[in-house]
Amino acid sequence: MTSLKEEVEEKKKLIATLRNKPWRMKRRLKLLKECQAFVEEFEGALGKGKGRKLYAYKVMMAKKMIKFNRDFDNFKTACIPWERKIKEVESHFGSSVASYFIFLRWMYGLNLVLFAFMFGLVVLPEVMMGLPYGSIPRKTVPRAEQDRAMDISVLLDFGGYCKYSILFYGFYNDERTIGVLQFRLPLSYLLVGLGIFGYSLMVVIRTMARNSDEGGDGGDDGQFTFAFKMFTSWDYLIGNPETADNKYASITTSFKESIVDEQENQKDENIHLRRFLRVLANFLILCSLGGSGFLIYFVVKRSQEFANLDQDELSWFEKNEVEFVMSLLGLVCPPLFETIAELEEYHPRIALKWQLGRIFALFLGNLYTFLFALFDEVNAKLEKEKSIRNATIWGLNEYYSNYSSYHNTTDIPPPDIHPADVIRGPCWETAVGIEFVKLTVSDIQVTYMTILIGDFLRAMIVRFLNYCWCWDLEAGFPSYGEFDISGNVLGLIFNQGMIWMGAFYAPGLVGLNVLRLLTSMYYQCWAVMSCNVPHERVFKASKSNNFYMGLLLLVLFLSLLPVVYTIMTLPPSFDCGPFSGREQMYNVVMETIENDLPAFIGNIFTYATNPGLILPAVLLMVLAIYYLNATSKNYQNANLELKKKMQMARDEEKNRRNNKENTNQVMQDLEDLLPNRSLLPPAAEEEKPPPVLEKGSKSPKVAKRPGAAANGKGVNIQKDVSLAAPNPKAAVTHPPGPRGPSGNARGPPPGPARGRGRGTPPSRR
Amino acid sequence: GFNSTFCTSDILQVQLSFPPPRLFDRYRDLAPQLVPLDYTDQPDVRLPYELIGSMPELKDNPFRQRIAEVFSEDGEGNMTLDDFLDMFSVLSEMAPRDLKAYYAFKIYDFNNDDFLCKSDLEKTLNKLTRNELTEDEVRMVCEKVIDEADLDNDGRLSLEDFQHMIVRAPDFLSTFHIRI
Repeated sequence: MTSLKEEVEEKKKLIATLRNKPWRMKRRLKLLKECQAFVEEFEGALGKGKGRKLYAYKVMMAKKMIKFNRDFDNFKTACIPWERKIKEVESHFGSSVASYFIFLRWMYGLNLVLFAFMFGLVVLPEVMMGLPYGSIPRKTVPRAEQDRAMDISVLLDFGGYCKYSILFYGFYNDERTIGVLQFRLPLSYLLVGLGIFGYSLMVVIRTMARNSDEGGDGGDDGQFTFAFKMFTSWDYLIGNPETADNKYASITTSFKESIVDEQENQKDENIHLRRFLRVLANFLILCSLGGSGFLIYFVVKRSQEFANLDQDELSWFEKNEVEFVMSLLGLVCPPLFETIAELEEYHPRIALKWQLGRIFALFLGNLYTFLFALFDEVNAKLEKEKSIRNATIWGLNEYYSNYSSYHNTTDIPPPDIHPADVIRGPCWETAVGIEFVKLTVSDIQVTYMTILIGDFLRAMIVRFLNYCWCWDLEAGFPSYGEFDISGNVLGLIFNQGMIWMGAFYAPGLVGLNVLRLLTSMYYQCWAVMSCNVPHERVFKASKSNNFYMGLLLLVLFLSLLPVVYTIMTLPPSFDCGPFSGREQMYNVVMETIENDLPAFIGNIFTYATNPGLILPAVLLMVLAIYYLNATSKNYQNANLELKKKMQMARDEEKNRRNNKENTNQVMQDLEDLLPNRSLLPPAAEEEKPPPVLEKGSKSPKVAKRPGAAANGKGVNIQKDVSLAAPNPKAAVTHPPGPRGPSGNARGPPPGPARGRGRGTPPSRR
Repeated sequence: GFNSTFCTSDILQVQLSFPPPRLFDRYRDLAPQLVPLDYTDQPDVRLPYELIGSMPELKDNPFRQRIAEVFSEDGEGNMTLDDFLDMFSVLSEMAPRDLKAYYAFKIYDFNNDDFLCKSDLEKTLNKLTRNELTEDEVRMVCEKVIDEADLDNDGRLSLEDFQHMIVRAPDFLSTFHIRI
């Protein structure tokens, strides 16, 4: 009986692993049929007596479950949107450009989930169960603004009816529970606002972990350079002759470069000169970053002064100085950084990483300047609010005392003022929300305009003016644009940072972003297919996009900080939003714990927030991190040791087979130096030194390999940013053969013709 | 439509989980007059290599002839439906790494001797670079490849050597992949 059961299990395992076997289809099918027949016949026979029917039933349900899972998996795969579109882009432009669209699609999925949270848990309850527009002051346009509230210009500036709608923080009411379901809106608002960050963090880290798992398999980069080039450089996804041409050319160039690297001995490079140049380059770039930071600060200060002057007297330039300067910096600085970076003579992959880091720093500078300007505004509004609040309270007291003295009662009805006439506080949260929404909208406009002008218009000009122009526009300047992958990815990342920051103050922002990503997908796919040409060096995307995920994580933390700071320190406005009237925004959690939850949970929280408990917990976590870090370092070292052992074993094997000729040059020289050959030590002793020396001579060789970090101790940058095809060290001064006569000057180097940094211009207040 | 008349590949596709109807339609579209709609009696239909090699997914691939030869029953590149399915199944995203490595080895083994010898490597390289490199350069690269990957030191790459090397390649799975 047991042997029969074992056989059935074995056959089932065989069916499961059938796909892995490298057999012909016919053989697999035959075996599959046999196994399935066997399993069906004997599985039923195993259950005996009373249990038999139950057993058969269980088996049937298990089979149905498996089939259901399979169908569901198929369905899920079919549901993935835009698969065909991305495949088209991939076959024309290679997997690196397609990786941008895959990243865009991933972002879209993330934003869709965030939108579902925001919409389902905050917006919908307020709309369905809360008070309608016009019922209370915070939901009504003030009397003074009402006649202009429907104007297009006001609406486009997100004033008027837009400002007093569900899009912004100020609309939401602060009643503790609303509607029949007793839905706690303020609590929900706070939790969703923080939950957005939590969910995004979880998803990003999970994706990073998954990516690093797949990419982490790679061993020494220097160990199999040529083998990898030979067997993994052709991208089987290419289905387009132009891309294939580019790929052939790029492979050829890459091989030639590696050959040259292999052939040349230790380059006679002047390390000191190179170091000096690098220090100089970094100094120059720091200067320009500092200069741009100061320029931004100066301009923002000036704009604050301008804000105090009469608005009509300012020219357009003065009104929009800040955005103008930001955009200018965003257009000018990246090419400047690239030019300075040529001094450094890094490996192009490393140079790209430096470049991305510097542009990131520039964007960050923009971002934080915008935030500080915003903070000034918020503080000013808070000041104003204090005075209005005092005035309102004073007014109310006056009303009560007048009423009671006039009517001689103590039962005073609340003042009967139309909501539109009530004096309003400045509501800084809505103002902040409006700023973020305006910024996002202007970013969208800039992006779409750049594509329209920089790609589409350029392509039209090149195509149609070519008939009547003196030089060949298509081959020389300006030619068709290439898709700027890194610029677009950085733009996407920063846009997401904006959304994360602004979502707490403007719940409608996430919905706006979902729409934006959706239209971006279609628009950019169209633009790429119709206006761009494949890169000259078609580079393959590495499966681990961890570099971009790392940037996204950084941006997530950076956008978390301002929001958490404002929740914790700034007092909410007294008359708008779901936290109005409270001391701090997080008080709503305390209230919920006190009023809604049973008493012992309140006790638990009190204990949990005791510093005596938190400090040891933090200490424990720090120790755990230290321990895991140490363990992982140990594993890495063990790995390295094993690799070295394998390498030694290989070399010993090789040596053993070639023991007649001594391939080691050092040993050869030593032998020649020996005065008398007959004085050579016996052969047995001679065998021992070579392995040690082999190892010794092997490591400088490893260090010499282009681009590989010495010993694996240094940062292994290659895996993270394998955007460029490996190894093109110097500029390719001549194209490989069949590229045609004008292939030499392909215009400006294949960087973006338009500014890579579309700096996020903050809108002025 | 795609229904129960199509048993054999139905079973296998359910096992291998890639979308059934499109693949059969692609096969049929290559030669509608040769391929019947009904496969219950397992007709012996073989599409000649020229049709396979002209598929958009393959026509730009320098190794298309080798791919067709490896997956075809007769070794000449003329493929039955089962061979066709086999080919795209191995080249799909879902196929495990070892399976892909096995077939990659066979594809690059031009003389079918179960070893990647120097001449195989030279042919591979020339196909990759469209004969752009000089003879010296080709020779140097092939020597380097054997030097790097040959573990048992017989001057040629066996399947074990190849697999040992290819599992360390970060890009193997993403480049040895055809989406259909």
